[in-house]
Amino acid sequence: MEGIQKADLMKIKPYGDTLNDGMVQMSFTLPVPYGDEASEAAKQLASKMGFENPQVVYYKELAKGFTFFTCYGTCVHTVDYTSIHVPKVESTAMDMHETDEFIKSRIGRKIVIVGASTGTDAHTVGIDAIMNMKGYAGHYGLERYEMFETLNMGSQVLNEDFIAKAIEMKADALLVSQTVTQKDVHIKNLTELVEMLEAEGLRSKVILICGGPRLSHELAKELGYDAGFSMNSYADDVASYIAQEMVVRLGKG
Amino acid sequence: MESKLNLNPRLIDSARTAAGNIADDVQNFIDKNTTVTVERTVARLMGVDGVDEIEKPLPNVLIDAIKEGGGLAKGAAFWIGNAMVNTGKTPQEIAEKVSSGEIEITKLKIADENKIMEAVYDTANQMVERIKNSRAKRNEYLNTLGNGRKPYLYVIVATGNIYEDVLQAQAAAKQGADVIAVIRTTAQSLLDYVPYGPTTEGFGGTYATQENFRIMRKALDEVGEEEGRYIRLCNYCSGLCMPEIAAMGAIERLDVMLNDALYGILFRDINMQRTLVDQYFSRIINGFAGIIINTGEDNYLTTADAYEEAHTVLASQFINEQFALKAGLPEEQMGLGHAFEMNPMLENGFLYELAQAQMAREIFPKATLKYMPPTKFMTGNIFRGHLQDAMFNLISIWTHQGIQLLGMPTEAIHTPHLQDRMLSIENAQYIFNNARDIGNEVEYKKDGIIQKRAQEVLAKAEELLKDIEKEGMFDTIQKGKFGGVKRSFTGGKGLEGVVEKDEKYFNPFIDLMLGGAK
Repeated sequence: MEGIQKADLMKIKPYGDTLNDGMVQMSFTLPVPYGDEASEAAKQLASKMGFENPQVVYYKELAKGFTFFTCYGTCVHTVDYTSIHVPKVESTAMDMHETDEFIKSRIGRKIVIVGASTGTDAHTVGIDAIMNMKGYAGHYGLERYEMFETLNMGSQVLNEDFIAKAIEMKADALLVSQTVTQKDVHIKNLTELVEMLEAEGLRSKVILICGGPRLSHELAKELGYDAGFSMNSYADDVASYIAQEMVVRLGKG
Repeated sequence: MESKLNLNPRLIDSARTAAGNIADDVQNFIDKNTTVTVERTVARLMGVDGVDEIEKPLPNVLIDAIKEGGGLAKGAAFWIGNAMVNTGKTPQEIAEKVSSGEIEITKLKIADENKIMEAVYDTANQMVERIKNSRAKRNEYLNTLGNGRKPYLYVIVATGNIYEDVLQAQAAAKQGADVIAVIRTTAQSLLDYVPYGPTTEGFGGTYATQENFRIMRKALDEVGEEEGRYIRLCNYCSGLCMPEIAAMGAIERLDVMLNDALYGILFRDINMQRTLVDQYFSRIINGFAGIIINTGEDNYLTTADAYEEAHTVLASQFINEQFALKAGLPEEQMGLGHAFEMNPMLENGFLYELAQAQMAREIFPKATLKYMPPTKFMTGNIFRGHLQDAMFNLISIWTHQGIQLLGMPTEAIHTPHLQDRMLSIENAQYIFNNARDIGNEVEYKKDGIIQKRAQEVLAKAEELLKDIEKEGMFDTIQKGKFGGVKRSFTGGKGLEGVVEKDEKYFNPFIDLMLGGAK
């Protein structure tokens, strides 16, 4: 439209109610007693974070010696949107029916998938959302696919038991879910699995996938996985990727 | 109480009768068996505590020795009593001597039965007295300090470090929390021993140890006295050491315990024989100690659909009620669980949630119902999450829930930050105060969406309970009727710790504690 300034994609900053006003809202707690000094400390901290004209719009004592703040500030930094490259799982999204048909015509047999929430992680919510028949948020889980043979081992599965089951079932793909990330426990556990698979000579024989709310494809690659899925990915994304990657690996691509 | 939902009392009675028969059937099995943790609990209650030089708890050392000597079927009390008569030493000294190899506990001469009984009951009575005093202390606090109004505001701390937990718990109590739950470190439920001493390392939570219980109890008493309100302490009496944790909690005056065998079977893959036997003794202890148990039905809805599977929650509550009654646990101490877990995009979802919460209230009128917040559809959108929690809070005050496990806007992102707890408490306090008597003012339209929903769930639950009555509890679980999870009778963890009782078996604490203070 005439008269409206366009964003300069090489210099992007936050949009509050006008282009380039840089407005950011944030909230945090400082371990200091409630009072004027606390508010000043929050302002100074916001300045150091790169905010001009920081404002404390609300603050409250959380507990003796702790104060909670809601602040606004004008961000002085910009990013160059045009130079951004994010590694992504490269596959075409297909729905359940398309994936089943794709596997039938291009692979001609069922793909075997073993999944688990490994290590000490007791959360099954992630692996269940992907694997359970019912699926999650309207996306059917892998168990429902005609052309997948699946096993969901549940939670707190030891890496050695997971590998033993993968060997027993001659798995084509392994899915590892990690929900607890406190003290980076997931990194240690995910790394251990890769090392153990390598020691068994299995690493290159399986499609190795990890997923969880705090994982990304980039981190997954870094840890030696073929793909990583995070928030907002569903069974169809994982299924499409596995099917297409299988075809690539079988040289049928 | 007149039913606002127009529920059919005959259906409720029929469901309750079926649940009673189901529990009877399982109780027959329970009565024939004991487990290693039940016996370690007896040892603990007789005064055995501490660890050996490799940090193995002495109750484990002692019970392992009895098991290896082939004596577990007679029960720990028999062997400890026999050793007391033979050596004149205390159970603790005996455990130490078993640990150092000076005593082979199952090889001692078998003493006169009356003398054994006398030694055992003398010791057992001392502990029973101690637990009675703990309970009296709680009542004294409740009488002098008072406590928060229901629904109690329940928040969790989970730093891994008990001293850091104390700081956060005291902060939460000052903000208005009534119940502080110290989340256990991930996987503690699968340890077949209870760690010892204060701990400062844990993942996603803090080890449940008796010393950690003591540290937190003291901290909450302090802040409770400052605030003029008794603050309840909650922990997790589940997993492979169910009754041992119950005993430790009874001694250290915990107030609330998660305590549900079905939860362990379905979600932690603990063997069903093991944990049902364990649950019985743990509920006797919890009942006697005045501890409110929390059952885990809410968890079914994290794996199964909250709308379609609501009747499995109700059926499980009926069964849990019967198991609790068998263990002598009064209705007021039954924190039967349920949850606000429907997909927030469901049209009229709020009405269905309201119907189900009201239904639980009417069917279990005296229970301290535990209402769990949305978790499954929390997405990281903290702003919508805060609203979902508000809807959940509104239903709770409307339907008079007992314990309100506060939802956090940052659910699904991280363990709660200090300010998350504050925002959640503020959310609940605002709504509870602003809508305090809404439940007494509003009635539901006859045969409207709400009434029909509740009636439908009850009818399906009654049907399911009758099926279970026919098939038996064990087969039902094997078929995956709860939470959509299948578990086998001989599968899962901990089966090797189950032993059939000998005719001579006795457990003095069942005798002394079942049915409350005498």
